[in-house]
Amino acid sequence: MSVLGLRLEKRPSPSPALRALAPVATAVLALAASGVLIRAAGGDPFEAMAAIGVGAFGNLQNFGETMVKAAALILVGLGMIVAFRTQVANIGGEGQIIMGAIAGTWLGLTLIDVHPAVLFALVILISFAAGAFWGAIAGWLKARLQLNEVIVTIMLNYLAIYTLNWLVRGPMRAPGLAGGFPQSEALAQAAWWPRLAGTRMHVGVLLALALAILVTVFLTKTPWGYRLRAVGANAQAARYGGILVGRTILLAMVISGGLAGIAGAGEIYGLHHRLLDGISSGYGYTGIVVALLGKLNPYATVLAGIFFAALAVGMEAMQRSLGTPFALIASIQGLVVLMMLLADVLVEYRIRKA
Amino acid sequence: MDSSEAAPLVDLRGIVKRFPGVVANDHISLSVLPGEVHALLGENGAGKTTLMNVLYGLYQPEEGEIFYRGRAVRLASPRDAIRLGIGMVHQHFMLVPPLTVAENVVLGTPACGRVILDVARARRSIADLGDRYGLTVNPDASVWQLSVGEQQRVEIIKALFRGAEVLILDEPTSVLTPQEVEGLAQVLRRMAEEGKAVIFISHKLREVMAVSHRVTVLRGGRVVSTLATSETSEAKLAALMVGRELVTGARRQPHPVGAKALNVQGLQALGDQGLLALKGVSLWVNEGEIVGLAGVSGNGQRELAEVVCGLRKAMAGHVWIGGDEVSRASPAERIRAGLAYVPEERKRIGSIADFSIAENVILETHQSTFSRWGLLDQRAIDAHVSEILRDYDVRTPGSHNLARTLSGGNLQKLILGRELSRHPRMLVAAQPTRGLDVGATEYVHERLLAAREQGTGVLLISEDLDEVMSLADRILVIYEGKIVGEMASAEADVATLGLLMGGARA
Amino acid sequence: MDWSQFLEEAFLVSLLAGALRLSTPIILAGLGEVYAERSGVLNLGVEGVMLMGAFASFWGTTVTGSAWLGLLIGMLAGAAMGALMAFFTVTLKVDQVISGMGIYLLGGGMSSFLYRIAYGVRMLPPSIEGLSGLTIPVLSDLPIIGPVLFQHDALVYIALILVPVLGFILSRTTLGLKIRAVGENPEAADTLGINVDATRYLCVILGGVLGALGGAYISIAHLKIFADNMTVGRGFIAVAIVYFGKWRPFMTFVGALVFGSAYALQLWIQASGAPIPHQLLLMLPYALTIVILAVVARQARGPAALTRPFRRGEG
Repeated sequence: MSVLGLRLEKRPSPSPALRALAPVATAVLALAASGVLIRAAGGDPFEAMAAIGVGAFGNLQNFGETMVKAAALILVGLGMIVAFRTQVANIGGEGQIIMGAIAGTWLGLTLIDVHPAVLFALVILISFAAGAFWGAIAGWLKARLQLNEVIVTIMLNYLAIYTLNWLVRGPMRAPGLAGGFPQSEALAQAAWWPRLAGTRMHVGVLLALALAILVTVFLTKTPWGYRLRAVGANAQAARYGGILVGRTILLAMVISGGLAGIAGAGEIYGLHHRLLDGISSGYGYTGIVVALLGKLNPYATVLAGIFFAALAVGMEAMQRSLGTPFALIASIQGLVVLMMLLADVLVEYRIRKA
Repeated sequence: MDSSEAAPLVDLRGIVKRFPGVVANDHISLSVLPGEVHALLGENGAGKTTLMNVLYGLYQPEEGEIFYRGRAVRLASPRDAIRLGIGMVHQHFMLVPPLTVAENVVLGTPACGRVILDVARARRSIADLGDRYGLTVNPDASVWQLSVGEQQRVEIIKALFRGAEVLILDEPTSVLTPQEVEGLAQVLRRMAEEGKAVIFISHKLREVMAVSHRVTVLRGGRVVSTLATSETSEAKLAALMVGRELVTGARRQPHPVGAKALNVQGLQALGDQGLLALKGVSLWVNEGEIVGLAGVSGNGQRELAEVVCGLRKAMAGHVWIGGDEVSRASPAERIRAGLAYVPEERKRIGSIADFSIAENVILETHQSTFSRWGLLDQRAIDAHVSEILRDYDVRTPGSHNLARTLSGGNLQKLILGRELSRHPRMLVAAQPTRGLDVGATEYVHERLLAAREQGTGVLLISEDLDEVMSLADRILVIYEGKIVGEMASAEADVATLGLLMGGARA
Repeated sequence: MDWSQFLEEAFLVSLLAGALRLSTPIILAGLGEVYAERSGVLNLGVEGVMLMGAFASFWGTTVTGSAWLGLLIGMLAGAAMGALMAFFTVTLKVDQVISGMGIYLLGGGMSSFLYRIAYGVRMLPPSIEGLSGLTIPVLSDLPIIGPVLFQHDALVYIALILVPVLGFILSRTTLGLKIRAVGENPEAADTLGINVDATRYLCVILGGVLGALGGAYISIAHLKIFADNMTVGRGFIAVAIVYFGKWRPFMTFVGALVFGSAYALQLWIQASGAPIPHQLLLMLPYALTIVILAVVARQARGPAALTRPFRRGEG
């Protein structure tokens, strides 16, 4: 019963050291793979690695660029942790980010004479709510009708993308803008999230780090977090213990979507300062990879988020300075996912001849 | 048929099959003659299914030999068994529901056709077998549309289509209506008349007496006796099946009972197969008494426990806990009303294997008792967990270890501790000592008695008659979804209970 | 806004023909996904497979000068992606959703990356002859139906033929029976001597080949160029229409047509300056999928073993 003449044999006692090492090994392998691809593109891997390193962390500006990207990835990743630990596959990060961005922008353009701190708080709330609502649709459909959340969230992604597409070309379009770029009016400068240390790093970075702590506390130290984890670990036993499984699934999607929504607000208020096409830039999918690499642990996900952000920023810099082809990033992400899965298997099993 | 002259078709000699911690088949020898219906009788865990799985090639025995038509054979997989002419109909059917009957019959055989699906041969066979044995079924119906009885017929046809001369059936009547049972009996008789050998596993005395030519009784992995059916009776078989030295209930002191802790009236509920598993069950348990529900697994006990605890919807009937009607209440509400449940499957349902021991302890109470200001009260939890581990003798290096590291006995003690520490009004305990060693079993018994003394009502669902007779104040017997007998413990004896459990009239 | 133009024959013809053209990639990818899912494997990475197919066939065409050879190379790329997915989900038995995401990201990334390596960064992207239209004589002269159905690229005809062919294979051949059994009850199939793993490998690789063909259509037949992420989510739509079509080739085909028509209609709306936001039409198929799923939720369960890895001796 085997196709390649291989079979899996369970290891008697997988060592915890091996298990902890797996994500690190994956990250190293990912870098190695990048090196191979760079060589294939005609570049020098070591030069490229150096360029990546400098590009990501070389100076304060670059570090800021990395952390800005990391902030969004971490936020989405935290949301994915909440969902995946409840055994709900939220593939809808893209759509939830977009809805959060839309809601946040709308609020900022509507409430003109409000103190920035108050606006900040309100924006966080509304972007969370918008993303949460988007996620709740899929959550409710799963809880009530057992609809596959993977398909529903993917469909919702496209609904959100086209909604954004329509808004920035229609109702929310900035009037009389030169060049006809589809985008909204810019937010008043007073509303922009403050930048840190003279870089492009914005308050959202601090928010992401704070939320990592909050999510950890939520999952491990509150009754709601307990229920989420219980349903994710064994929904039948959870039900036996009196936990309302449907409600718990809905809560997971609400929080997951909400966190992605905040990421969307961050992209607007911290970076672009107006609503545009493509605001989610694939973070919805990358966020999943980040959470998986972080083994669904919030603190490790922070590191994974920084790693991916560094890779992305560094590769852009490398491309600029060395002229080597980019578009590596998605490939590396894909390779990371697959290698991580392989590493997980190798921790538990040996591969033997059948 | 003069069986004394015929050579055995199947001859098992000295079969030993071990699993971790238990010897399922302990030097079993069994021979089956052509043209006979041979029943394999015994309680759950006696080793019947294991033995037949050995014969069918699903398991390989550690010791012993298998002879088929006088030749020693090695059965490495069911394919070998099928090739020899041994077919098996399992308790859980191996059918593909969306496919038609003909497709299911022909799947995996050369008769399928090399490329284009050819069900013509299967259809002809099905019609032919229908005539010969009375196995009528519509070849073009999709399997999911068939009744369970019809699906069983498909399984039998599958085996016959592959040329089975020996047919093994595992508890075939547990999913059938009485009429279907009669139909099956006729099929089996006709097969025997044609010279085939039929082995069927059962715990139901009446059917064994009605259909078989010979019966072998297993107990504790060993053969107790092989008899000609004509030379025995239900009572004798019951005694053989169940009989052992009784542990007297000396520990149990008479105890005044209180109000009704649990009251169940007219419960009807469907099982997982879509058949009626509970056919109007009524019973009650008073505070401070243990009511034992005896019966072989598969007669509705699991469904009854699930309905009482809110994990399965009843089609009709009512449930009260104390004075509160909970017929439509959720599990959480019933827990609040004072219900506690120790489920049959401690690993799959009673606990969360990947949670720590401490997290398992607070499963039902994490919100109600151990939450303060939106946070879990870690100190209170730790104190409570230590108390339970201590009081219930749960052996573990630490409460932060995962529950899956606990042995069966310790896990059960943990679950018991969790449920009892709430001082419930009513405790439902389903097969609480199944798979536990003697020490753990003793411990669980002591705890159940202690709960009884404290005024908890206990419904003890068990197929272990020793257990039921020594612990219960009153004993009920459940058979095929109905309560078929009730008596005070003092008046109960093994023989009567055995008969009732096997479906006979006492 | 002259609404009467919608009723003109020319409009209808070009709309329907366009709908068929736009549906073709989804039809192909959807058919492949039907086979994969019927055997029990959910492949969310179809989008990545399509992109690899788009690139590989484009590259193959420029290198060999023949669109048909290019198609072949695209199919090989698709088979490789399928084999990779099968290795992870069938041999390593890991989570299918996560592996699918990995394949999606890898396919998307590698297609763009390899394109840049192959052609460098140029001002003008290379263009190709591509697959030219195949006008079927006689039939294409029929009024209305003619231009709508019989003036397309070869791949469109292949897609249309594949619908009944693959449907027939699934329901009327021994192989199809095995596939269905494996997807519903692999334990039973295993006891009957069917090689569950091999069957799943076959179906997932077939899914890869067809997905790649779908992507190839977009690059060498339709647009005749390659661009990053040029499939714009069609791979995910293909997965959705399999649910929509209840895992049946013909109904999946219908679902693909619904999406294709929506695309065609919105292009027209955009061009004609009608007051309806064209995005609304684009959103319709996605919203419709959710609604349909909700309505048929109780009935359409899909292959029982879908997403469950098969291990002998368990369950």
